[in-house]
Amino acid sequence: MSDTHAESVAFVRETALPPVPPPVAERGIYKWGRENLFATPLNALLTVAAIYVIYLVLAGTLPWILGGVWTTSSLAECREVLDGRSAACFSVLTDRWNQLLFGFKYPPELYWRPLLAFVLMFLAAAPVLFFDLPRKLLFFTGIYPFLAYWLIWGGTIWTPIVALLGFVVGYFVYEKLVHRSFATGFFGGVIAALAVWYVGGLAIPDLARITSGLRLEAVPSRDLGGFMLNMMLGVTCVSLSLPIGIALALGRQSSMPLIKWICVIFIEFIRGVPLITLLFVANVMLAYFFPPGSGVDLFLRVVIMITMFSSAYIAEVIRGGLAALPKGQYEAADSLGLDYPQAMRLIILPQALKISIPGIVNIAVGLFKDTTLVSIISMFDLVGMIRGPILASTDWNGVYWELLGFAALLFFIVCYGISQYSQWLERRLATDHR
Amino acid sequence: MKKSVFLGALTFAGLAAGAAAAGTLEDVQARGKLNCGVTTGLVGFAAPDANGEWNGFDVAVCRAVAAAVLGDPTAVEFIPTTGKTRFTALASGEIDMLARNTTWTFSRDVDLKFDFVGVNYYDGQGFMVPKALGVSSAKDLDGATVCIQTGTTTELNLADFFRANNINYEPVPIETNAEAQQQYLAGACDVYTTDASGLAATRATFENPDEHTLLPEIVSKEPLGPLVRHGDNEWGDVVRWTLNALITAEELGVTSANVGDMASNTTNPEVARLLGTEGNLGEMMGLEADWAKKAIMSEGNYGEIFAKNIGEETPIGLARGLNAQWTDGGLLYSPPFR
Repeated sequence: MSDTHAESVAFVRETALPPVPPPVAERGIYKWGRENLFATPLNALLTVAAIYVIYLVLAGTLPWILGGVWTTSSLAECREVLDGRSAACFSVLTDRWNQLLFGFKYPPELYWRPLLAFVLMFLAAAPVLFFDLPRKLLFFTGIYPFLAYWLIWGGTIWTPIVALLGFVVGYFVYEKLVHRSFATGFFGGVIAALAVWYVGGLAIPDLARITSGLRLEAVPSRDLGGFMLNMMLGVTCVSLSLPIGIALALGRQSSMPLIKWICVIFIEFIRGVPLITLLFVANVMLAYFFPPGSGVDLFLRVVIMITMFSSAYIAEVIRGGLAALPKGQYEAADSLGLDYPQAMRLIILPQALKISIPGIVNIAVGLFKDTTLVSIISMFDLVGMIRGPILASTDWNGVYWELLGFAALLFFIVCYGISQYSQWLERRLATDHR
Repeated sequence: MKKSVFLGALTFAGLAAGAAAAGTLEDVQARGKLNCGVTTGLVGFAAPDANGEWNGFDVAVCRAVAAAVLGDPTAVEFIPTTGKTRFTALASGEIDMLARNTTWTFSRDVDLKFDFVGVNYYDGQGFMVPKALGVSSAKDLDGATVCIQTGTTTELNLADFFRANNINYEPVPIETNAEAQQQYLAGACDVYTTDASGLAATRATFENPDEHTLLPEIVSKEPLGPLVRHGDNEWGDVVRWTLNALITAEELGVTSANVGDMASNTTNPEVARLLGTEGNLGEMMGLEADWAKKAIMSEGNYGEIFAKNIGEETPIGLARGLNAQWTDGGLLYSPPFR
């Protein structure tokens, strides 16, 4: 007999049991649902109530949307097709699609031009928005505004070329003189650019005559409209108001009283006035200051007013960012022997702008939606097209939900895109210093 | 605030009107285009169609003036204006004339310094009720609930009318025409009241327009007409007599179809003077002899324009009513062409 228990034990398990799946109540959707939706009786009650409300909303809207009619040519026809059913008449969107996007006067055979400008816009914006991309792409970004102007308004190619040339010459003069002092470089550059524009402006008619092949059919500003107008106003005004806003914010902190007070008065005045008032001034009052027919283009007037408005707000946001920087950062820049432009460019602004991103995006989104206000001064943006020509046509008078829902959808797509981009940017720059 | 801006605008308007007064007719002829202010969109009166062409009752007046002055009804630059920008656009010289369903009132004529050249549509406040209500006159509306836009003259007119007839009503205040449509169709009110042409246009958009009716009572005066700036009477004459030519053409039976024939073969001396085969009326205004002929050819006479844009054959379906010729019991009465 061995003194081991080998023979006295009937069975010895040599491997571990295979794991048993957790009980049904502790896994998968049951666990998630129990913990998140039905954790307490009150939660359960609220969940049931919420599901019921969602059901009610969907039961009301989904048949209306899915049963929509897309192919009729007037509201009366659409109602005939629906025959008493309650469903959407989306045919107004297909019937007036081009009007909603381009306004009612932009020549249909030229629609490719704004479309091309729209596609190129992403190419031009990419290197600015995503700084991992090769820096050489910025070259195209610099050209883009002039190209887009030429595509959308048409006319001779020499107008945008002369404008571009002015900036280029101004920049080179600035580079040449900036080692003496920033002010010399800056004003030298401005004077050089103005000289180029003056001389170029005199030469444009002759150049245009010689190279008559290099022109697109001109489209006056009055003929722009639809969502295109909202996009143009939004993009132009945001990209112009950011640099102006930075300049204003810095000017407000300046130690030179003249500059400081000009900036303070500008910002406080603009912030104290409603945008609608400024638009009315742009449309109505300025018409009195210019002789009839020779005034500044209405689109330009509106761009100036909206840019002034949003740059004042952006200046305040950036001032918040500047104020949030510890004083040590300014002193560190000084102790390195950097002059003012260098300190701002290399140390202060990169940090201040990073802090200001959410505020700047907030204003950009608000500004984009504010572009619909131009419908009040009889410009036919998306909302203006809907409220004016489309709802006033005998075919489509009485269609409200479909049109305004479509406008809301377009604006949502753009604004949500902007906000998603800014969240990505914040993550990328890790602004919370964790 | 609103008032002071308004007064400021008026001051500017006065200055600008003085500066821009001389020779609108010459300006238009030199430019080769008429700048005509219209609404941004009102059913039947002015709206661009799917191809971007402006059409409507007010638009036809612009086209007739362009045809009379420039010989081409398409030589018009339509400048859309809102209720807030229309008067400044005219006063500043941005537009040469305004044809935008604008009510002729004392203060607009005198204080704002405009000249209303005539009336192309006699509007007035009316009532719409469902046929099922069984009401045939506004005086039967005792105790009715009435949908009414707040802060408008229609609200005051309504109160006056019901008080004058010693009957009661219950107002349901609403903000916009769109809201009114919804409320009225949902049965929140028995009656909807606003300008009669607006009621007709609103009714035209209903799913079952035949179930609703406009009551015969009109309780306010809203004469709508084209207007020009004060102080340029030559131009005012051109617009006034172009409108009168359209009205007279209907009275004399001249239509866009027979105008060529009438011009050469008429025996009626007034038709001959109107169409320029006799006399020198055109020359007196600085226009071609056949100015009225061209104006009539552009969109037809007044009756044709009415029938095409807002008449009973259209979805809007307005009856001529006050806008019939004086010979048919209406108010249209053009001074003679002599």
